[in-house]
Amino acid sequence: MAGKIRVVIAKPGLDGHDRGAKIIARALRDAGMEVIYTGLHQTPEQIVETAVQEDADAVGISILSGAHMTLVPRILELLRENGADDVLVVVGGTIPADDAQELKRQGVADVFGPGAPTSDIVDFLKEAVPA
Amino acid sequence: MATTEDPRAERQATSTERWKEELYDATPERQGELFSTMSGVENEPLYTPDNVQLDYERDLGYPGVHPFTRGVYPSMYRGRLWTMRQFAGFGTAEETNERFRYLLEHGQTGLSTAFDMPTLMGYDSDHPRSFGEVGREGVAIDSLDDMETLFDGIPLGEVSTSMTINAPAAMLLAFYACVGEEQDVPIAALRGTVQTDILKEYIAQKEWIFPPQPSMRLVVDMIEWCSREMPLMHPVSISGYHIREAGSTAAQELAFTLADGFAYVDACVARGMDVDDFAPRLSFFFNAHLDFFEEIAKYRAARRIWATRMRERYGARNPRSWLLRFHTQTAGVSLTAQQPEVNLIRTAIEALAAVLGGTQSLHTNSFDEALALPTEHAVRLALRTQQVIAHETGVVNTIDPLGGSYHLERLTNELERQAYEYFERIEKLGGVVAAIEENFMQREIAEASYRYQSEVERGERIVVGVNRYELEDEPPLELLRIDPALERKQMERVRVVRARRDSAAVEQALAELKRSAEGDTNLMEPIMLASRAYVTMGEMCDALRDVWGVWRETPVF
Repeated sequence: MAGKIRVVIAKPGLDGHDRGAKIIARALRDAGMEVIYTGLHQTPEQIVETAVQEDADAVGISILSGAHMTLVPRILELLRENGADDVLVVVGGTIPADDAQELKRQGVADVFGPGAPTSDIVDFLKEAVPA
Repeated sequence: MATTEDPRAERQATSTERWKEELYDATPERQGELFSTMSGVENEPLYTPDNVQLDYERDLGYPGVHPFTRGVYPSMYRGRLWTMRQFAGFGTAEETNERFRYLLEHGQTGLSTAFDMPTLMGYDSDHPRSFGEVGREGVAIDSLDDMETLFDGIPLGEVSTSMTINAPAAMLLAFYACVGEEQDVPIAALRGTVQTDILKEYIAQKEWIFPPQPSMRLVVDMIEWCSREMPLMHPVSISGYHIREAGSTAAQELAFTLADGFAYVDACVARGMDVDDFAPRLSFFFNAHLDFFEEIAKYRAARRIWATRMRERYGARNPRSWLLRFHTQTAGVSLTAQQPEVNLIRTAIEALAAVLGGTQSLHTNSFDEALALPTEHAVRLALRTQQVIAHETGVVNTIDPLGGSYHLERLTNELERQAYEYFERIEKLGGVVAAIEENFMQREIAEASYRYQSEVERGERIVVGVNRYELEDEPPLELLRIDPALERKQMERVRVVRARRDSAAVEQALAELKRSAEGDTNLMEPIMLASRAYVTMGEMCDALRDVWGVWRETPVF
């Protein structure tokens, strides 16, 4: 069917904290989206490859390792290089406020911190992804 | 388990039932929030001798006496307080060495090392996969050279050190032993704990390298070697902490952790070891979450199950083999980024549960850890929390002071029952490794974690500052910043080590390690030799990756 939002949920780097990523993946699926979860320990290259292959509308990056300021910009750069900069990028995890601001400046659509309700993320994606 | 026939069972209605019907039910209950524990265990409004069956001698007994429900030692905190052991590590060995000394100066009584992600995954700091992650969530340790810096000026004969390292635990233990040798401390006198619990990595923490079978062999090699060479070291800390952090219930934390423990015992026995030769050095590590009584019940149930099974199923004769001794850390997952100062209160309550549950050592989280690694100020408050509990509250004056509480004993029995139920399911699947390969525990945890999140989002569970009592504008918190230059500094350090060492000795040590890995001799000696030759942790792991391959998970959600 047309109009189903396709989202890649990705765990970049060596971070093993996947509680949040799995909850979000399931909440988005329950909200009627097509969800592809990459699994753990993905390189930026692997994530972008998955996003392109799956023709994703959005990529949700979950990161709690503190490596967000190196890994997220790299993913944005690779999306651009692959002509996929129309893919919406959202980030979730332990991201300090000024880092979140910088990531948004670089092209991240939004950053969701700890405690963000899954319904906010669902609503955001429904709003932001063109039907 | 407490399942004796109640002699009064034939009576039509107990006094408690009558009380409930006639008095309790006369007033409506509050609506909205659930009355079950945060793990979903139902709670009656009241427990009395009518709905709690206990055989005192069999189910509780005495501190230091089987089944140890009330505590592993006869005198508990009247003899010695728990070890206050704050987990620390960031940047390079130099920064962490400074933090260690700071903590020791402020009255901490043991060290606990947090390693960064590349170290946990067996990559050196200059590996491409380490990019951006070096020193971020813990200290970067690549070789013996870093370990020498980490413990510079800290006499290893006088402290006990815990190391949270699993897949490459053997290498880090060897580095530590080598530093001991250099300080002229016999390695047999070194005290501490290496986490080494690879099973919970597959289940929950997900920092693995090799597939389960060779990983288990490496764990057994360490246990065997330590029982001979480093008898004061705890070679494994069987950990529920990460299982809980991944979103499990208290019962799952209890059940999966003990199941992992029994799996290590099985593996050592299969190697031909006598259970009493290694079991006294097995230790445990649990989470302290917010549901106060459920947590205390969990620790008490854990002691009783372990003691019972070790004696009855494994035939352990040495009473020390029956003791479940454990470290506790307050629940990182319970900390909120919103109104972070409130985390001080959460942590204090969790720490109190750990103490009332009879923990042997404790880490209290810092209030700023939902956002970053803690500042010195935040760490000091966390340590002070333990000191207040120890010296000001009086809870240490009587052993297991909540023992005999109808509610607590009922909850202890219930968690125990749920754990045995899980043991059966895991056994039916063919044991822990088979169950991991089928994603059984991973799926159970994901279910529990989603259920809890849904309850929070429906407002059936209140998280202060998150879904009630929110603040519009929150002042920004001062956070610890890891200088990105530290990554380059560490990459440089490992390059200098590589340039300086005897490369022929390195090649020889790595070849020997591979030969041993292909065979079935104990790997600790070749790892010790390689460590002394300044072979890096990543190089040793690569050699083993060549022989054993790597683990890949099929993720479920």
